[in-house]
Amino acid sequence: MTDGTAAVLAITHRFSWNPIVDWQELTSRAFMRDALLAGTIAAVVCGIVGYFVVLRGLVFAADALTHIGFAGGSGAVLLGLSPIVGLLALTMSTAVGIGALQQRMRGRDVVTGMILVEALGLGVLFLRLSSGYSNQTYALLFGDILALSVRDLVVLMVAGGLALLATAAIFRPLLFASLDEEIAESRGVPVRRLAIGFVVIVAIAVAAATQVIGALLAVVLIVAPAAAAQRLTHRPGLAITLSVAIALLVTWTGIALAYWLPYPVSFFITSLAAITWGLTWVSTTRRVRPVALRHAQAGA
Amino acid sequence: MHAIADVVTTNVPFSLNPIEDLQQLLQFEFMRNAYVAGTAAAIVAGVVGYFVVLRSLSFAAHALTQIGFAGATGALAASVNPVYGLLLINGAGAALIGALGRRQRGRDVVVGVVQSAGLGLGLLFLALYRAPEAVPVLVGDVLGISANQVLITVICSAAIVVAVALVFRPLLFSSLDEEIAEARGVRIGLMSVLLLFILAVTTSVAAPIVGVLLTFALLVGPAATAALLSSRPGRAVALSVALSVAYIWVGLAVSYWVDFPPSVFVTGMAFAGYVAARLWRSGVRHAPRVEARAAAA
Repeated sequence: MTDGTAAVLAITHRFSWNPIVDWQELTSRAFMRDALLAGTIAAVVCGIVGYFVVLRGLVFAADALTHIGFAGGSGAVLLGLSPIVGLLALTMSTAVGIGALQQRMRGRDVVTGMILVEALGLGVLFLRLSSGYSNQTYALLFGDILALSVRDLVVLMVAGGLALLATAAIFRPLLFASLDEEIAESRGVPVRRLAIGFVVIVAIAVAAATQVIGALLAVVLIVAPAAAAQRLTHRPGLAITLSVAIALLVTWTGIALAYWLPYPVSFFITSLAAITWGLTWVSTTRRVRPVALRHAQAGA
Repeated sequence: MHAIADVVTTNVPFSLNPIEDLQQLLQFEFMRNAYVAGTAAAIVAGVVGYFVVLRSLSFAAHALTQIGFAGATGALAASVNPVYGLLLINGAGAALIGALGRRQRGRDVVVGVVQSAGLGLGLLFLALYRAPEAVPVLVGDVLGISANQVLITVICSAAIVVAVALVFRPLLFSSLDEEIAEARGVRIGLMSVLLLFILAVTTSVAAPIVGVLLTFALLVGPAATAALLSSRPGRAVALSVALSVAYIWVGLAVSYWVDFPPSVFVTGMAFAGYVAARLWRSGVRHAPRVEARAAAA
């Protein structure tokens, strides 16, 4: 388990105040280098994809996908496969249906909720059927980035690369459709197909985030950095850059903290992401309010 | 996870005589406790769930059940009754969602972040105090329900039902048409905050009994099905409660003989019921058109 590894390391390795020594220390072991690499891939994918998830109001759909990923991952464990294979297979195959549903629902979130219920039930069923793999269960629910296999890492790199390429390919129409769907549609942008295609990309981001912090927490890496960035700036390019930067900072700091402190990586990454978002929330509400007041007074 | 029949080792198989089965099912105190507490939890989930579905609060309901994980593990770590930890954490979560998510736009971000932060905290408690395992908290612990817990569940459930009954009309009015309700003097903001807190108490009461995962299934599944089957509020609430209680009864009974947690069966039934209701409704909606076409021909 994650915390066990960290606890053992905390005894043997002390934190120094020299950042270069600390960096060498942090990257001196193969599993730490793997963890940092996996964290970097996930943070970049989630930072970029998350921007559109927040913009399009797809947070609940992303959350449902994490639970579908849990079902897929535990199903794969049952079949003796690597969890990430099942994760990717089930999230990407159901993403098409969820994308189509999202288009039709318009704020009625109960359908997403029902899909989530069924995914949870299946996940628990698969878990029960394959009981005995409690470490893999734990890793699936809460992440275990310090124990990734090389094959997991390769799958993550390929899937993450594909997600980034796909996003780059549809970037301009996707941004257009996300900012103003009606105008985009009237200009001939294939809004429906874009929406469905994008949820497939979200499925990959969900799988990547699940590898890092687990299915139950994955949604925070997609949502919090992107939402924080969008509170800081309205310019899409800058917001996406900021979103990736925050996701990277949060992931790296989380991994480093867990190296020296005896608490789970996922706890640090989740809390740092939530706190960062909370700070941008507080700072921007304070700044915005007087301006809005002045406008209101001028209007009156 | 518990294998009830295995632990009990009565070696009495499922018979086709329902009375014998019922006697066997209820011969043990823990099963009677599970039935009483489960029924109380199912009733409140059915009632409160109707408003969750009506107001599209599924995501908030999901977040409040999930952050209960932190409350339950924290209470385990501090060795107090899980209900107190759940009430504290879920109440704080409801306050955060209510305060930050007042506007529709961006509310899903608030809910998503609050949910993850709560789960992360639960993970910390789990690691800090080496609490036994995450899985019983998530899928429920039917064997571990004490008489004390049954009492707490029944009292809290009764209090929630009374609270909902007291504000039923303004709550329903503001859920159906916010603008007209506001014009008629209903305090909309108060109603939505009140519902969030009722939801927080409901999830706190239900989670130690049926587990964090199943609480959400009971909140959304029966109510969504009932809302599809009847547009009359009173009838829909009654139907929602009936379905919720039926699911938990069947789920507990099946999990007694088959070695699976009740969550598996209840989520399956909730989903199947919802899909069946959707199919039935689309059938009803299309039927008159077919008849009309037949008449025209």
